[in-house]
Amino acid sequence: MSDGAHRASAPRRRSALRGESGLHWRSALHWRSALRWETGLALVVVIIGIVGASVSPQFLTSNNLFNLGLSNGEIAIMTLPMTLIIISGEIDLSVASILGMSSALLGVLWSHHWPMLGIFFLVAVVGLAAGAVNGLLVTRFGLPSLAVTIGTLALYRGIATILLGPNTVANFPTTYTNLGVNAVPFTGNALTYSAALFIVLAVIFGVVLHATPFGRSLFAMGASAEAARFAGIRVKRIKTILFMVSGLVCSLAGVLWTFRLDTAVQNNGLGLELDVVAIVLLAGVSIFGGKGSIIGVVLAVLAFAGLQNALLLTNFNEEAAGIVTGALLLLSVFGRNAASLSGRLGKWLPERAGPAPGHPGADPSQIPPTGSTPP
Amino acid sequence: MSRSERPPAAAGAGARRLTERAFRIRESGIIVVLIVFVAVTTSVQHRFLNTTNIQFILINTTVFALLALGETMVVISRNYDLSVGSVLGLSAYLSANLFGQHHGIPIVVVFLAGLGIGLACGLLNGIMVSAGRVPSLVVTLATLYIFRGVDILIVGGKEVVASSLPGAFLNIPRATVIGIPDLAIVIAAVIGIGAYYLRSFRSGRELYAIGSNPDAARLAGIPVGRRVFVAFTVSGAIAGVAGVLWAAQYGTIDSTAGTGYELQVVSAVVVGGVAIFGGSGSAVGAALGALLLNTISSALYVLGISPFWDQAIWGFLLILAITVDRFIAVRLAVALRLRGARGE
Repeated sequence: MSDGAHRASAPRRRSALRGESGLHWRSALHWRSALRWETGLALVVVIIGIVGASVSPQFLTSNNLFNLGLSNGEIAIMTLPMTLIIISGEIDLSVASILGMSSALLGVLWSHHWPMLGIFFLVAVVGLAAGAVNGLLVTRFGLPSLAVTIGTLALYRGIATILLGPNTVANFPTTYTNLGVNAVPFTGNALTYSAALFIVLAVIFGVVLHATPFGRSLFAMGASAEAARFAGIRVKRIKTILFMVSGLVCSLAGVLWTFRLDTAVQNNGLGLELDVVAIVLLAGVSIFGGKGSIIGVVLAVLAFAGLQNALLLTNFNEEAAGIVTGALLLLSVFGRNAASLSGRLGKWLPERAGPAPGHPGADPSQIPPTGSTPP
Repeated sequence: MSRSERPPAAAGAGARRLTERAFRIRESGIIVVLIVFVAVTTSVQHRFLNTTNIQFILINTTVFALLALGETMVVISRNYDLSVGSVLGLSAYLSANLFGQHHGIPIVVVFLAGLGIGLACGLLNGIMVSAGRVPSLVVTLATLYIFRGVDILIVGGKEVVASSLPGAFLNIPRATVIGIPDLAIVIAAVIGIGAYYLRSFRSGRELYAIGSNPDAARLAGIPVGRRVFVAFTVSGAIAGVAGVLWAAQYGTIDSTAGTGYELQVVSAVVVGGVAIFGGSGSAVGAALGALLLNTISSALYVLGISPFWDQAIWGFLLILAITVDRFIAVRLAVALRLRGARGE
């Protein structure tokens, strides 16, 4: 609920940040279309719940909700920093590799009889460092984050492979592996620790993104990094921090993953980056930056997890569930384009009269639907 | 001759020469790295430069170099095709499976089938990107999942095994002329044609223009949508053919064929000097990038370094390549500005 309140205040601050009163109505339009998107997502989640429950009586049981959290907790956690990074106009494809590297490091150190607290500390430091490398290459060298993080995707996974080779480390202490497979007390056995952590982190990320100057600056730099820099926002530093936060959160996800499966292997979490990006885009976050909300991401996580789970219960080939993820992703972008198109048709005159958008091309929905619009 | 008499066209030609020289430097850079790598490896382990190993490297490179050609067209136009691995997998299974279903089917027909499957996938990508005006990263990320999912639904737990494939088909990657694999020669010719097209044909040049600045290209009257559409269609078709070659090379095809190739192909293209944000690079460079990455994998193996180092080194090289590109681009921009200032 508090999330909703924060969102409500968001557009006003956004236009204030742009400092152009002429853009007020435009921000309001964005806000309305964003609201519609998230309402649509909420509807989808409800429909998945209803259909799932009618197809399988197990769907809405606490046992199944627990499984749902179990199989999606780490992915869900990684979507949060990804959301911030994409809103700021960058992307981090190395998330799953950082997860794998952390998992491998945890395994290696544990097999060398390190104390668990020392391991946690080192894994967190390595996660931060991995994010810092991404961030510094992107901000200080001026390299595109897409290319950098494809490189570090290979690099970090490669380091995981070097660390563990073909070996598997198992037999972690049950105190910790129980965290991976037990439910949080007093939640009716429905909530895994990873899901609980996701909820806590979602609230924190939501507050930071929607209710702090730091969060507002992410939208500003996503809309136009140049303009944000002139407005006094330390774009490079903030983006580096975002990549570091992403590294840290992904190393946490790596630890959770390792304990849940009680296994550290070099290919833990292989390919998850695509799931994470797909969820964030499904949430209505613009791939070009400057647009999105945490509540949307939470809903998208629910839709994603619910759909995968419902398919599983209906004996759909589990590995082919990617079809549904892909279709959802396509629907989300095409749906959004159609919405902005119809919105534009209705608002055609005011749009013509209004000033040109500050950064055309920064947002797919802002690109005029046809190149042949008469001047 | 006073400076003012210098026609602006000459300055433009000069700038173009400078840009072309930078390109050449970038490509010869890869060749130098390749030569150094081969020389060092050979001096440590003489076995590296024997015929079998060279043939092995060339054959392994063909599929990647072919995929890199299609990807180059797409990346030059400031787009991405992440679905190539899935298209390859789908085409590999469906086309190779034809041998089991229709005994005595001509190999040409199987290649045409692979081409058709790839073409269909590429058309789908192209329509959504150019007509739907959706960023290609998102579209091809989605179709990466969808094509792979369709593949998994069709294949299930089955697989095509080498014994069900005709010997002539399996021999395609193994036939050689004076020690050089036939296939490598054919692929080199195809890449040569592709490079020539991109460099010298109007529609090829227009892909560079689109990648440099899509809005300016549109204003200049370039049919951006159509060009991008064709680039995706060609990339899909190439991935389809690459799938058939993959099947001939490995013989055993299940639903995981080509998984993760998209990132390897993008790596090869970027290491080969194609700018990740479009507008520059060449098909030959991309093929050299694929050759370099495969040579490195093979060298590590020959040197007795665990193949587990492969990926880390690939990643490091990729980052190095984009850093070098950035450096060259900045230097080039400065040089062009200076030259422009002198020309006035």
